[in-house]
Amino acid sequence: MPLLEAVDVHGGYGGMNILNGVNMTIEADEIGVIVGPNGAGKSTMLKAVFGLLTITQGEIRLRGEAITNLSPHKLVEMGMGFVPQEKNIFPSLSVEENLEMGAFLKPATASRLKAQIYEFFPPLLEKRRQPAGELSGGQRQMVAMGRALMNEPSLLLLDEPTAGLSPRYMNEIFDRVKTINAAGVGVLMVEQNAKQALRIAHKGFVLAAGQNRFSDTGEALLNDPQVAKSFLGG
Amino acid sequence: MTASSSQRPAPQQPAPQGATPPEAPAPRTLPVRELALFGGLALVVLAVFATMGPAYSTRMLVEASCYAILALGLTIQWGYAGQFNAGIMGFVALGGFSATFFSIPVNPAFWASDLPGRLGWVLLAMVVVTAIVFGISRLDRIGLPKLLRTILAIAAGLIGYLVVISWLRSVTGDIESQVEFIGGLGLPVWLGWIVGGVLAGGVGYVIGHICLGLRSDYLVIATLGIAEIIKAFLKNSDWLTRGTATISPLPWPVPDPGEVGFLTARALYLSVTVVMIAVIFFLLHRAYHAPWGRMIRAIRDNEVSAAAMGKSINRRRQEIFVFGCILMGVGGAVLTSFNGLFDPQGYLPLNHTFLVLVMVILGGPGNNLGTLFGAVLVYVIWIMSGPLALALMHAVTALGDSWFDWQPGNLDSRALQARVFVIGLLILLVLRFAPRGLIPEKVAHHD
Amino acid sequence: MNELIYFFNYVVVAGSVTGCIYAIGAVGVTLIYSILRFAHFAHADMMTLGTLAVLLLTLAFPHAGDPLGLPTAIVMLPVAMALTSLVAVGIDRAFYQPLRSHGVKPIVMVIASLGVTLMLQGLIRLFAGTGSQNLYVDARKEIFRIDVPGVTRPIILTEPQIILFVITIVAVVGLHLFLTRARLGKAMRAMSDNPDLARASGINTRLIITLTWIIAGSLATIAGTLLSLDVAFKPDLSFFLLLPIFAAAIVGGVGHPYGAIAGGFLVGFAETLAVFNWSVLLRPVRDSLPTWLELPNNLALVGTEYKIVVPFFILVAVLIWRPTGIFKGKVI
Repeated sequence: MPLLEAVDVHGGYGGMNILNGVNMTIEADEIGVIVGPNGAGKSTMLKAVFGLLTITQGEIRLRGEAITNLSPHKLVEMGMGFVPQEKNIFPSLSVEENLEMGAFLKPATASRLKAQIYEFFPPLLEKRRQPAGELSGGQRQMVAMGRALMNEPSLLLLDEPTAGLSPRYMNEIFDRVKTINAAGVGVLMVEQNAKQALRIAHKGFVLAAGQNRFSDTGEALLNDPQVAKSFLGG
Repeated sequence: MTASSSQRPAPQQPAPQGATPPEAPAPRTLPVRELALFGGLALVVLAVFATMGPAYSTRMLVEASCYAILALGLTIQWGYAGQFNAGIMGFVALGGFSATFFSIPVNPAFWASDLPGRLGWVLLAMVVVTAIVFGISRLDRIGLPKLLRTILAIAAGLIGYLVVISWLRSVTGDIESQVEFIGGLGLPVWLGWIVGGVLAGGVGYVIGHICLGLRSDYLVIATLGIAEIIKAFLKNSDWLTRGTATISPLPWPVPDPGEVGFLTARALYLSVTVVMIAVIFFLLHRAYHAPWGRMIRAIRDNEVSAAAMGKSINRRRQEIFVFGCILMGVGGAVLTSFNGLFDPQGYLPLNHTFLVLVMVILGGPGNNLGTLFGAVLVYVIWIMSGPLALALMHAVTALGDSWFDWQPGNLDSRALQARVFVIGLLILLVLRFAPRGLIPEKVAHHD
Repeated sequence: MNELIYFFNYVVVAGSVTGCIYAIGAVGVTLIYSILRFAHFAHADMMTLGTLAVLLLTLAFPHAGDPLGLPTAIVMLPVAMALTSLVAVGIDRAFYQPLRSHGVKPIVMVIASLGVTLMLQGLIRLFAGTGSQNLYVDARKEIFRIDVPGVTRPIILTEPQIILFVITIVAVVGLHLFLTRARLGKAMRAMSDNPDLARASGINTRLIITLTWIIAGSLATIAGTLLSLDVAFKPDLSFFLLLPIFAAAIVGGVGHPYGAIAGGFLVGFAETLAVFNWSVLLRPVRDSLPTWLELPNNLALVGTEYKIVVPFFILVAVLIWRPTGIFKGKVI
C-alpha cells in the first residue's frame, strides 16, 4: 500500500482553482520531488496534502486512509510533518524549545529524539540555547526540519527547503534529506533546484498549470530530453 | 427555475466586517428593504407621538437628529475608512463647551478687573515657553550634541512648565474667588457651533497625526484617553466652565420655549437640525461617490494595494478622521445647546460614545441612510428603555426580595446600569449576527 | 532627612505599589495580545469583576483568614481567581470565539471587547452599586512604622502593601517559570511567535487560548484585589485603570511580558512623581533662596484630578518616538 496517494486533486483559494487534477503516489521510504515552473501549483499541492486549503474534487490518502480536507492538527497526529518555506521556526524560542514544540504531541519521547536530531544536525547542538531567530539561514532550515522530525513522522513535507541558501548549505540539506529518508521517513518536497532535487528523488512530478505534465522516477525525468528542455533549463 | 433563482441575491451572510462579500447582491430596482425599514421606523415614531404627546416626542426627535450628526461623523470614520473612534464623548464635550462659551452672556465683573490682562500674559508665556523649548530641541542643527540637546530641552520644558502652571494656578484661583468664572462671549450660538467643530477637528488632527500610521488599536486607546482628559479638564476648570456648578440656560438660535411655547420652539429647532443633516448628507453623498471617497474605501478594503498604487494613505486617513471629528464637535454643540445646560459631568462614555457606536453598527457602517436610520431607531429605543428598565428593576427587586431577601436601594442608578449591560450585549450581538448592519453599505462590483 | 523619608513614603512606596498593580494588569493585556492579536479593552472591568468575587466571598466568610493570620480577602483570592477565569473563558466562548472563526479584523475584536466591558460594567454596578467598599470586612489594616535612627519621621508600610509586594514577586516568578519551563508555557510562547507553525506542530491552539484566558483572568483578579486592598473596592474605575495599563503594555513593547512589568513600574512611578508636591523636598533650602525666587507652595507637575494625563502623555510619547516600546515588542 502506498504511503501517499493523491488522485485527481482540484483545489485553490477563495473559489479560484490552482490545482486542476494532480495525481501522485509515493511508497513508504521514498523521496518524491515536485518541480515545475513558477505558478504551477507546487507549493499549493503540498499545502493541499497538509490540509491548508480546501480540496474541491479528488482524494488524498495516507496509507490507504482518506485524509482529504482533514485539519493539519489531525494530520500531525496521523504522522505527517510539514516544513513551510517561510516562517518555519519560532524565532524567539531557543533551538531546543523549537524542537520540543515539534514533539508537543509526544512529550515522553522528546529527550530521546532531541539527541537524535542533534546527531543529524550537529551545528544545532552548540546553539541549542540560542534563540532560533538569531541563526543563519541554513541553520534555521535545520531547526525547521528538526522540529518536524521530532514528531517521528512517516511522511515529511518540505516546501523549498533550499530556497535562498548558499550552495554549501544546499548540498548539506539535500544530504540530510537523504539521511532522513534512509532512516525510513517518506519525503515529499517542492524544489526550485530541480536538477539536484531529482538526483536524490525516487519519484519526480513535473507540474504545470496545476496538472501533472510528467511523472516518473527521478532518474528517468533527468534523462528525458523533453523534460530537460522545457523544465530543467536545457 | 435554476436560472431565475441564481439571479436572486444571496441571503445576507454574516460576512467579516470590512471584507467584501464573495458575491455582490444583484442591483434592485426598488429599495424594498430600505422602504420597509423606514416605514416601520415612521410607525414607531408615530406611536411615540400618540402615546407621549407631541412636545415630548419633538424633543426626542431633536435629540435623535443631534445624535444622527454624531453618528454620521462616526460612520465616515469607521464605515468609510475603518478607523474606530472610541472618544466621541470628548469631541461632543468640546463642541458643547464651545457652544456654551460663545453663546452665554458676557461676565462684566471679569472684564472690568485686571484678570483678563493677567490671563493674557499667562497665555503669552505659554507660547514663549513652547517656542523656547522648540528652539532648544533644534539646537543640534548648530552642532550641539544630541544628548545634551535632549537634556536641555527636557530641563527647559520642565522648568518653563512649572513656572507657567503655577502662574496659571494663581490667576485661575483669583478668577474663581473674585468673579466666579470668565463668562461667555455673548455671540450668536451658531458661531459657537462652528468653532466647536473646528476645536474638535483640531484635536482630531493631533490624535490622527500620532496614531493613523499605526494599527487601529492604538487609535482606540488614544481617543478613549483624550476623551477622558477633555472631560477632566472641563470638569476641573471651574474658572472656565464653572465645573460641577454647571451653566444654564444656554441660548438657542431659534426663539426659545419662553417666547413661543415648547412645541413650536422645539419644532423650529428640529427644522434647524434637519437642514443641517440634509446639508451634511448631501456633502457626504457627493464625497462618497467622488474619486476621493473611492480612494478612502480602497484604502480601507486593501491598504497594501492602495499604497502600491501610490495613494497617500495617511493623508487621506487624516482627512477623513478630522472630518469625522468636526461633525462630532458640531453635533455635540447642537445637542448641548438644545439641552440648555452645560454640565461636564453629564458627558458619559455610554451616552455619548457607545450609544453612537450602536447606532452606526446597527444601522450600517458606511451607509449614510443606514446610519440615519440607526440613529433614530436606537435613540427612540434608548429613550423608551429608561422607564422600561426602571419598571423591570422594580419587578426584579420584588422577586429578589421575596426569594433572596435582596433589597437594593437606588433603583434609578441600577436601572441605568441595566441599560449599560444591554448596550454592551447589543454591540456584541450586532457584530456577531449582522456585522454589516440593517442597511449595509452597497459595495459596487465590476466584473 | 525627614524630607527624604517623606519622599520614600509618598513616592518610593506609593510608586512601587501602583507599579506592581499596573505591571500585573499589563502582563495580562500583553499575553492576550500575543496569543489573540487584539487589544483587550475589557481587562480593567475583568479586574473589577475579580475583585467583586473576592469581596462577595469575604462578605460571605468574613473570618476565614483569621486562623492563618492573613486578611480574608487574600485567602479568598484563589477561589476568586478560579471563578474569574471561568467567566473569562466563558466570555471567550460566547463572544470572541465566533468572531474569530469568522476571521474578522482585529479592530472588530476590539469593539467586541468594548461591548464586553460595558456588559461587565453594567452587571458589576447593577449588583455592587457605584460606591467604594472596603475589602477589610470586620478587620482593620495593620500599619508598620519603621523608625530610622536620627530621624523623627518613620517609614510607614501597611499590611496590604507588604502582601502586595510578596504576591507580585510570586506571580512574576511563577509566570516566568511557567513560560520558560512548562510545556504549555513554551507552547504559549510558540503560538505568540508563529501561530501557523504552532498549529502545524500539532499544538492545540484552542487549549492555549483557554489557558491564556485562565492566566489573564487570574492576573486580573490579583491586580484588582491588590489595588482594592491598598485603597478600597471602587467599581467605577474602568477606563481610568485601563489607560495606564495599556500605556504600560505599550511602553514595554506589546506581546512582551517582561516589558509589560517594566512598563507597569515606569507608568506607576511616573504617575506618583507627577502628582508629588516637589516643594516639600525644597523646604530645607527655601529660607536660603533669594527673595526674587519665591517658590510657590504647590510644585506638583499635575493635580491629582489630572492623573490620567500622565499615562496618556507617556503613551503618546512612546507612539511618537518608539511605537515598538522600549523592549521592541510587536507593533500592534
